[in-house]
Amino acid sequence: MKLNVNSEIALTHLLTRKRQTMIAAMGVTVGIGIFIFMISLVVGFNNYSDEALFKAEPHLRIYQDDTLSRPLIKQIKPDYTTVIINPKIANLSNTLVNPEKIIADLKKQDDIVTVTPQVSVNIFYNNGISQINGEASGVNILEANDMFNIESTMLAGDVRNLLSTSNGILIGVGIAEKLNIQLHDNINITSSIGVVKMMKVEGIFKTSNSNIDLTKSYINLAISQQLMKKSSSYLTDILVNIEDPNDAPKFSKQLQNSTIYKVEDWQAANEQSMSNKKTRQVMFGSISLAILLVAAFGIYNIINMTIKEKLNDIAILKATGFSGKDVINIFLKESLIMGIIGTSFGLLMAAGLIKFVSGIYIGGDREYFPIGYESPIFFIGAILGVLITLGAGYIPAIGAAKIDPIEIFRK
Amino acid sequence: MEKKVILQTKKIGKYFYQPVKFKALDDVSFKVFESEFITMVGKSGSGKSTLLYILSTMDTDYEGELFIGDEKITGQKPNYLAAIRNKNIGFVFQFHYLLPEFTCLKNVMIPALKLGKFSPQEIEEQAYQKLDLLGIKNQALKQASKLSGGQQQRVAIARALINHPKIIMCDEPTGNLDSKNTSIVLETFHQLSKEFGQTIIAVTHDNDFAKASNRIIELADGKLIHTT
Ligand SMILES: Nc1ncnc2c1ncn2[C@@H]1O[C@H](COP(=O)(O)OP(=O)(O)O)[C@@H](O)[C@H]1O
Ligand SMILES: [Mg+2]
Repeated sequence: MKLNVNSEIALTHLLTRKRQTMIAAMGVTVGIGIFIFMISLVVGFNNYSDEALFKAEPHLRIYQDDTLSRPLIKQIKPDYTTVIINPKIANLSNTLVNPEKIIADLKKQDDIVTVTPQVSVNIFYNNGISQINGEASGVNILEANDMFNIESTMLAGDVRNLLSTSNGILIGVGIAEKLNIQLHDNINITSSIGVVKMMKVEGIFKTSNSNIDLTKSYINLAISQQLMKKSSSYLTDILVNIEDPNDAPKFSKQLQNSTIYKVEDWQAANEQSMSNKKTRQVMFGSISLAILLVAAFGIYNIINMTIKEKLNDIAILKATGFSGKDVINIFLKESLIMGIIGTSFGLLMAAGLIKFVSGIYIGGDREYFPIGYESPIFFIGAILGVLITLGAGYIPAIGAAKIDPIEIFRK
Repeated sequence: MEKKVILQTKKIGKYFYQPVKFKALDDVSFKVFESEFITMVGKSGSGKSTLLYILSTMDTDYEGELFIGDEKITGQKPNYLAAIRNKNIGFVFQFHYLLPEFTCLKNVMIPALKLGKFSPQEIEEQAYQKLDLLGIKNQALKQASKLSGGQQQRVAIARALINHPKIIMCDEPTGNLDSKNTSIVLETFHQLSKEFGQTIIAVTHDNDFAKASNRIIELADGKLIHTT
C-alpha cells in the first residue's frame, strides 16, 4: 500500500510506542463499549415498558370529555364581569355521535394501523357472595386482539371463542383467583345502572400489571351496549394505533383539529412513566458520556505526551518544509488510528456485553433481560468514538503546529 | 559577466528581549551569488546561527528585508515559507539531526516525499545516491538513533541535498566530523556548487574549512565586519 508521508510518520510514531497506543485505544474501547451497552440497556428497557403499556392502551384514544356548563350570559369582553355562572358537568351522555363516520375517516388515513371502537362499562363481578368491581371493555375482539395482542397474555382459553359465544368474557387472572372461577365457568356481572348479565368465561389472561388483572375484562361490543341499555350506535371510545407510537402526539394534535371530541395520545395519558423514561435517558446518557470523556482524555494524554517527546522531530519536519497543517494532520491521523482501533473493539465489546446480559433470566412475562442489538446505537457509538478521539487529538495538535522550530534548535 | 544574485539581505537587524533587550544582529546587508560556496565565521555568540535562521526563512521576527532569487521573503505567510524551505532550501542544523525512529534512508527521503515531485521508488534511488555521496550508503537501513553523531550529521547533509535545493545552509556541518570526513564534506560542497550550480552557506569554526570556500563572511557582535 502506498502511504502519504504524513500517514507514514503517524504510523511510525504509533508503532514505535505500541504499548501506549494500545492503552489509549483500550480506553476508547471501554468508553465506547460501555456507552453503547448502557444506551442499549435504556432503549431495551424503554421498549419493553412501552410494549407492556401497549398491551393495555392504544396509541391514541378518542372520547367524549366532560364539559362544563357555560355562563348563562356570555362574557362579552375578557375584563367584563360574568353575571351568572354555575359550572357543572354538562354533557348529557358520554357517547360519540356518528362514530361510524369518524372510524371510516380514520381508516382512510395512511399511517393508521388499527382503528377499533370500544365501550367502557363499570361493572361488578359476582360469584356467590364475593364481589369485585372493575371495568369491562366492550370490543370487537379481533380488532382488539390486533391492537393489544391479548392472545399473548392468555393463560387459558382462546380470544376467538368470543366470536362464537356472544355472552363470552375474557377475565384477568386476579378476578379468576379472587372469585375462584375456572375456564368455562359462569360469572355474573352487574353494570353501574343495574343491568345483570350471566357470562361464560372463555379465557383468562395475565398481563404484567396485577391491578389490570384484578379489574379488567373483555366482552363483546353488543353486550356492553346492552349493559348500558343503549343502542348499537353507542360508543364511548375510539382506539387508534399508528405505525410509529412516537408520532402519537403529532397525530393527536392533527386529529384534535378535526373533531370536537377529546383526542389523547398515550404519552399524555402516561405522563408519569414518560417522565421516568426521560429521567432514565438523561441519567444513563450522562454517565456514559462521562465515561467517553475519560476515554477521550486518555487519547488527549498520549498525543500530548508524544508531542512533548517529539519537539525535536516537529522542529526538523517544519524546517524541512512541513507546514503547521501537516503537523496537525500527522497527529490527527495518530489519534484517528487509535480512535478507529479502540472504537472497533468497543463495538465488539458492546455486542459481547449485550449478548451476555440478554441471556440473563429475569422471569416475568419477558423471561430474559430486555436488551437487543440496536444498529442505530452502534452507529452513533462508532461516530461518537471517532469524533471524540479526533477532538482529543486536535487540541494538542494545534499546539504542536504552533511550535517554533528555532526555539527548539537554539536549545 | 555578472553572476546572478540568489540571496540578498538588506539592513537586517534582530533583537532579543530575554533576559534583557539585546541587539544580536545589526545592519547586516550582503549578497550571495548563484553556485557560490560561502562560509560564515565569527566568535561564539557573534550571531552566526541567528543570521542563518533568518536566511532559512524559519525566523520571521527581524528588521530589514530578505530576498531569495528575485522574491521578497520578508512578510510572507508561514505555510508559503514552509513550501519555499521544502523546495529551495536544504538545512543542516548544529546539534539536531534526524528523526530517531526512522531509518537513515527514510530520513533522507522525507523532504522529497513531502515535495511529491518524484515517485517513492525514484526518491529512494536518489536518497541512496546522496548517502553514497557522503560515504554512508552502508548505513542506509539502520535506524537513525543507532548511528554515531558524525554519521548522523552526514545523513543530515544527504537529506539537505535530496530536493536539489538552490541553497544549502549548514550550521557547523563539520563540528562532529574527523578530518577525513570533513574533507569528504568539503569536496561534496565544492562539487555541488561547481557541477550542480547550488549555493552553499556554511557557518564554521574551522579555519581550514573556511579558507577552502569561495568567500568568507565574518561577523562580530552581530555586525558584518569583513567579507572577502
Ligand atoms: N533565544 C535567545 N534569547 C536571547 N538571546 C539569544 C537567543 N538566542 C541567541 N541569543 C544570543 O544572541 C547572540 C548570538 O547567538 P548565536 O547566533 O547563537 O551565536 P553564534 O551562532 O554565532 O555562536 C548570543 O549572544 C546569544 O546569547
Ligand atoms: Mg551557533
